[in-house]
Amino acid sequence: MATDILMPALSPTMEQGKLAKWLKKEGDAVKSGDVLAEIETDKATMEVEAVDEGVLAKILVADGTEDVAVNTPIAILADEGEDVAQAAAGGGGKSGGSQSGGKPNGAAKEGGQPAPTPDMQAEGRAAKPAPAAKTGDDAPVETPAAPAVISNRSADRAMAEIPEGTEMVSQTVREALRDAMAEEMRRDGDVFVMGEEVAEYQGAYKITQGLLQEFGAKRVVDTPITEHGFAGVGVGAAFTGLRPIVEFMTFNFAMQAIDQIINSAAKTLYMSGGQLGCPIVFRGPNGAAARVAAQHSHDYAAWYSNVPGLKVVMPYTASDAKGLLKSAIRDPNPVVFLENEILYGQSFPVPKLDDFTVPIGKAKVHREGKDVTIVSFGIGMTYALKAAHELAEAGIEAEVVDLRTIRPMDSETVVESVKKTGRCVTVEEGFPQSGVGAEIAARLMVDAFDYLDAPVLRITGKDVPMPYAANLEKLALPNVAEVIEAAKAVCYR
Amino acid sequence: MDAANEPRRSDGEPREGSAPHSSNVPPFSRDEDLHAYREMLLIRRFEEKAGQLYGMGLIGGFCHLYIGQEAVVIGAQMASKDGDQVITGYRDHGHMLACGMEPKGVMAELTGRKGGYSRGKGGSMHMFSREKNFYGGHGIVGAQVSLGTGIGFANKYRGDGAVSLTYMGDGAANQGQVYESFNMAQLWKLPVVYMIENNRYAMGTSVSRASAQTDFSKRGISFGIPGEQVDGMDVRAVREAAGRAIEHARTGEGPYILEMQTYRYRGHSMSDPAKYRTKDEVARMREESDPIEQVRKRLLGAHGLPEDEIKAIDAKVRGIVNEASDFATSDPEPDPAELWTDILL
Repeated sequence: MATDILMPALSPTMEQGKLAKWLKKEGDAVKSGDVLAEIETDKATMEVEAVDEGVLAKILVADGTEDVAVNTPIAILADEGEDVAQAAAGGGGKSGGSQSGGKPNGAAKEGGQPAPTPDMQAEGRAAKPAPAAKTGDDAPVETPAAPAVISNRSADRAMAEIPEGTEMVSQTVREALRDAMAEEMRRDGDVFVMGEEVAEYQGAYKITQGLLQEFGAKRVVDTPITEHGFAGVGVGAAFTGLRPIVEFMTFNFAMQAIDQIINSAAKTLYMSGGQLGCPIVFRGPNGAAARVAAQHSHDYAAWYSNVPGLKVVMPYTASDAKGLLKSAIRDPNPVVFLENEILYGQSFPVPKLDDFTVPIGKAKVHREGKDVTIVSFGIGMTYALKAAHELAEAGIEAEVVDLRTIRPMDSETVVESVKKTGRCVTVEEGFPQSGVGAEIAARLMVDAFDYLDAPVLRITGKDVPMPYAANLEKLALPNVAEVIEAAKAVCYR
Repeated sequence: MDAANEPRRSDGEPREGSAPHSSNVPPFSRDEDLHAYREMLLIRRFEEKAGQLYGMGLIGGFCHLYIGQEAVVIGAQMASKDGDQVITGYRDHGHMLACGMEPKGVMAELTGRKGGYSRGKGGSMHMFSREKNFYGGHGIVGAQVSLGTGIGFANKYRGDGAVSLTYMGDGAANQGQVYESFNMAQLWKLPVVYMIENNRYAMGTSVSRASAQTDFSKRGISFGIPGEQVDGMDVRAVREAAGRAIEHARTGEGPYILEMQTYRYRGHSMSDPAKYRTKDEVARMREESDPIEQVRKRLLGAHGLPEDEIKAIDAKVRGIVNEASDFATSDPEPDPAELWTDILL
C-alpha cells in the first residue's frame, strides 16, 4: 500500500518550512535511511530520510517550495511490487514514512498531528497561513488576524516611541534580536557575544546567525558546555569594562550559573560602594517551548525580578525585542533578557531606523480599553491579546498593558490603566506563588486600592512541574478561555 | 626555561608530594628583603589589630585573618607589574594591602564606616579598588576563579599584556567552576595565574580529608596547564615561581597553576573551635617556618642590618596600623541614605 511522505518538523515549534531540494526523483527505488530531500527553516537545514522501503511514486511538493506546513504530504512512496502509477494517482493510504534527521516529532509520525503549542492564534501573530490542525484541540482553526501592533486601535499609542512616518518592515523576533546585537557590535568594539553554539553553529536557535562571519571569532565566542564557568568569565570581563552578551541556550541552563548572575553580577556594585559596575547582558530563551517537559520549560521572570541590582526585560514583539536588547547592551548594569522560543519565528513590524532603542523600565499600552486591564509580558501577551479580541466581541473592552520590563517595573502605567478600568487580570506562564502577577496585585492594592472594583485575578501557569504529555502540557499552561473567564469575573459579567 | 629553573613542574612525571624546600632559590638583595619585611609585617600587624577590634565588637560578621600566609601575596606582587590584576576569595585583607590599598580604608570597611573602601556596604569579604586593580574580595568560595578567568579574557581581548592573578584556597580548589575555568583558560590561552593558597585546612577540614588529589599543582594536568608546588612560607621562592608563571601567562602561553604551600596561624574565622588541629602543630609552624621571621633573620644576619633599624620599621608599621585603627573607630557610620545608593548605575 502506498504511503504518504509528510513534511517533517525539525523542532517541536516548527510550523512550516521550505522544501529546498529533492535528492531522489520519481521512479527511484528508496530504502530505509536514504536521504530523500533537504528542508529548511530560518533556523536550520535538515535532511528528510526515508523510513520505509519502496519506490518514490510521485513528488507532490516541488523543489524550492516555501512555507510548506508541517505534515503536508510531500511525496508518495509505493510499496515494492506495487503499481507505481496507481499509487501515485491514489495517494497514500497511510501516512508517515519519513522523519527528519533532527529531533523526531512523535506526534507527527503517529497521528498526523504536530505537537500542540501554546495557543498562539492571538492577534499579535503575523499573518501567515496556519498549518492545519495546529493547536491540537477540537476548536476550529481560525485564520490569524493581522499583526496586532498595526491593527490594534492602540497603534498610535504603541508607536509613540517611533517617529511619525517611519517605514515599518516585517521581521521575526529572531531577526530583530540578531540585528540588535550586530548593530551594537558595530557601534562598540567592547561588545562581544559568548555562549554555547553562538559562532560556528550560528546559534542553537539561530539568534546569532551571521555574527561570526561579520565580527570574527574574537568577538563571537563559542564556549564549552560550562554555564557556571562562562557566566563567571563574562562577569569578570564586564568588571573590567567590556560589555559581554552571554547567551544561555535556555535560561533553564542558567540555573547552573545563577550564583554568578546574582551574587557576582547583581551585588558587586553595591558591595563595592559603587566602584565596580557590571555592564553585561544575559540572554536566551526562557519559559516553555513545546513538549520539552519540566527541566526545559521554566519561566524565570519572577525569580530574577526578585533581585536588586538586576534589570529584567521580557519583550513580546520583534520591535520591542530589538529596541530593548540594544538598550540592554548599552546599559551599565547587568540585564537579564528573557526571550521565548515560540516567539522567535513570529513576525512583527519593526521600524526601519538606523538606531532604534526602547527604554528599559517602561510598559506599553498595547491595546486601549475601558472595562478591564489585562497586564502581561512576553509570550503571555498572546493569551492576553486574543482574550481581549474575544472579549470585545462580547462587549467588554479590555486594555492590554505589556510590561516589557519586569524590573524595574513600570507600576505607573499599570496603575493609570487600573484607575480607568477599575479591574485587573494578570497573565503569565510562570508559576503562581510569588509570581509577577502576585507582585502586580500587591502593588495595585497599595497604589490603586480605592480604584479597584474587584479583586485582582491572576492567570498563571499551573502550580506543577511542566508535564510532557501533550494534553497535560496544554492544561499546565494558561489559556485564552481562562483569561476571558477572569476578565468577565472581575467585570461581574 | 631550563630544567633547573623548573624543578617542581607537575606537567611531567607524577611526583610524590613532599613539601618543597627552597634552599636553591635566588637570594634577595638587602632592599628586596627590606621591602618584603615591611610589606609582610604591615599585613601581620594589620591582621592582629583586626583580630583585636573584632574581639572588642568593633568588627562584625565574618573576619578571616591572613596571618601566616603573608609571603604568598607579597612574593607574587613583587613579581607582578603595574596593570596586572588581583582577585581572591574572602581571606582578602592581605591582598588589598599588598595591592597598595590604604590600610585606613580597609580597616574602616572592616568596622563598617563611611570611609571604608565600599562605604561600609561590603565588609571584610567584599572590598575592591579599580585604581589598584584589585577586583575583590568575593564571598562565594570559588566564584572568584571564574571571575579572574574573565579578567584574563578581557586582558587578551584588549591585548594589553596584563595578567590576572587569581587566588583561591585549597578548599575552593574543589569547586566545579574552578575546572570549568581551567578548561577555558587553557583552551583560549588566557593570561591567568592561578594561585592556590594551600593552608592545609578548608575551614576545619584538612586537605587529606577533602581532596583525592592533595597535590594541587597537578589539578590542571588534564587540561595541560603546568603547575608547581612552591614553599609559600619563603617569599623568595614565591617571587621566583610567580615570576615564571606570570611570564608564561604574559607571553601568550596560557594559564599557570602555583600551589603555594602555606599555613594560617589563626582560626578559619574569628569563631574557630580549634579542635581540628593541635596547638603543637601551629606552634611548630610559627617556630620553624614563619615567613616574616625568615626575612628578619636574613636582614639581621647576612644583610647586616642593625637591630635598631628593624625596630624602627616595626614602630613605623605599628604607627600605620594604629592610625588605621583610630580612623576606623572614629569615622562615622555611613549615612542612612547610603542604603539606597549603588544598586544600579
